[in-house]
Amino acid sequence: MAEKNKDTVSHWVGNKNLSLELYRQLYTIRRAEEKIIDHYGENEMRTPMHMSMGSEAINVGLCQALKKDDQVFGTYRSHALYLAKTSNLYNFFAEMYGKDTALLKGKGGSMHLSDPDKGFMGTSAIVASAISVAVGAAFANKVKGNGKVVATFFGDGATDEGTFWESLNVASLMKIPILFVCEDNGIAVHTRAHERQGYKDITQVIGKFKCKVFKDNSTNVESIYNLAVQALDSVRSTGAPCFMHLKYYRYLEHVGVNEDFDVGYRSQEEFESWYKKDPIKMQRETLKRIGISEDKILALENKISREIETTIHKVKNEQFAEEDEIYKEVFK
Amino acid sequence: MRKITYCDALREAMVQEMEKDPAIFVYGIGVPDHKGIFGTTLGLQERFGPQRCFDTPLAEDTMTGFGLGAALNGLRPIHIHIRVDFLILAMNQLANMVSCYRYSSRGMLNIPLVIRAIIGRGWGQGFQHSKSLYSLFAHIPGLKVVLPTTPRDAKGLLIASLRDNNPILIFEHRWLYWQEGEVPEEPFVEPLGMSRVIRKGKDITIVAISWMNVEALKAAEILERRGVSVEIIDPRTIVPLDDGTIVDSVIKTGRCIVADYDWLHCGFSAEITTRIYEKCFGKLKQPVQRMGFAPTPCPTARHLENKFYPNAINIIRLVEQELNLSPIDLSCEEFYSHEKRFKGPF
Repeated sequence: MAEKNKDTVSHWVGNKNLSLELYRQLYTIRRAEEKIIDHYGENEMRTPMHMSMGSEAINVGLCQALKKDDQVFGTYRSHALYLAKTSNLYNFFAEMYGKDTALLKGKGGSMHLSDPDKGFMGTSAIVASAISVAVGAAFANKVKGNGKVVATFFGDGATDEGTFWESLNVASLMKIPILFVCEDNGIAVHTRAHERQGYKDITQVIGKFKCKVFKDNSTNVESIYNLAVQALDSVRSTGAPCFMHLKYYRYLEHVGVNEDFDVGYRSQEEFESWYKKDPIKMQRETLKRIGISEDKILALENKISREIETTIHKVKNEQFAEEDEIYKEVFK
Repeated sequence: MRKITYCDALREAMVQEMEKDPAIFVYGIGVPDHKGIFGTTLGLQERFGPQRCFDTPLAEDTMTGFGLGAALNGLRPIHIHIRVDFLILAMNQLANMVSCYRYSSRGMLNIPLVIRAIIGRGWGQGFQHSKSLYSLFAHIPGLKVVLPTTPRDAKGLLIASLRDNNPILIFEHRWLYWQEGEVPEEPFVEPLGMSRVIRKGKDITIVAISWMNVEALKAAEILERRGVSVEIIDPRTIVPLDDGTIVDSVIKTGRCIVADYDWLHCGFSAEITTRIYEKCFGKLKQPVQRMGFAPTPCPTARHLENKFYPNAINIIRLVEQELNLSPIDLSCEEFYSHEKRFKGPF
């Protein structure tokens, strides 16, 4: 079992441009979600929001390590994964606003983003239901010998579901090149892991399968990127599945754009302890430590913020699809 | 023309299409074993290798998701269940994923996934190895539902399904497997969404599904002897549904019985009956009648099982009611039973 130590600098990717790119993505995703919070009350984005905030380092680190042609499957909480894999900011907001110019013309919304040309193969809002689909997609890649790797993302709640274990079993049995990525925030909706799980350590259980396990408890994108490179090398070189267990903290309520530290299942203090190592703040510190100036960082941040504002403004002025769009694409 | 069994027609369709298209693979619990799903998959693994014909863990829902994933990446899976009752374990994937996936990509992804499942009466199978349930699947937009009755349709509809780019469920009645009929040797397609008039008549229309066509033909033969002319229509695919052929027939005869092979409540017979009322209202001489499974789980004991499944005698009695005829004596007639295997012809 490979485990990273937590020293930030020793895990610097060693490439300033790459560090900047990781930060650009982290900041874009965080800023995009902050803008969702700003605009949600206008009631124009009429789609239940399951916010990624807190998980960005996982999604950015993984997608940076994946190749462009590799494929990902997500969940209803996939804002960060979508933007990290596709960088398609325009489509992201067009889908949130349900506009005609969105790839799905609003049929998917926040929970069902899809962009197969960019390797974002879809999501499921039924917990764990995309995992077996990802295994089948990876099987097809293996049969075709096209070298594409599939990464399937899911929360710790998904590991309660039978189909997660069945999928792990099938991928291990059939030696399918897939990366299982567990984004463990320790909470399924409002239920803590210790109330749901009858085992001590999931990575030890999974270690008994023919599936190599990688884990990291940090929120450092560079550390996660390095670990993802190792895991993907293993998938590519052996053709066998790997499992990554990555911890993070969900900043906002299960669904919606608000905090919920006052309702009883978790505390403000718990949040504060995680926020000290917020992935965006951490990477900003890394940039400064490797010699990137505050001015340069601010310029980048302003550019991203302007781009997001411009995108939202443009999307708001787009048309909705014709009503008969509802009937289209049920069948080929 | 050459005659082969329904079972051999299904296997021949798969072999011919698998030889033509390397993207097709076939899998499911017990698929490559010595029984080969009542014989329909015998020899496929030897012929196409373990990558294109394989057994699976007992994980129906996961292996359905697996098929969906393989399909959206360009393969053409055939997933087989030896009993439709096991397919219920895959309902999450079917209702939440498979049926929606094309829609959820707005047509950017195709889902050429074929699922075969065996339905209906066996021999004392009890309430978990005995159902049909096709109405349940037909309710969900995004799934096509196919029920071949004849060996010819078994081959032609399966080939059509394998060349289609949508998720398709094919339900095969177990007792049809050993019936024989004329089937072309070359690959051919029976288009999905076309009902077939399997017997011409003028007094009454019977819309029969799957095995009920066998029972309806027997009933029609007996009724003809007393001068009643029965028209029988096999819809063959219930999604998409060609109701035009049914409507034309009922407008001609003015009477209709729906011989379903599933539960009636909220089922396929209710759908067909409604469409007939919507489209033939002024032309009906009698109310539409329907028959199907008893509204119970399926019992095991033979005399109770006989009561559960509809048959030719039920059809004859309903036709007599519709035509205001007195019941005829059927004591000298021979009807189908599991011990007297029906072998056609169609």
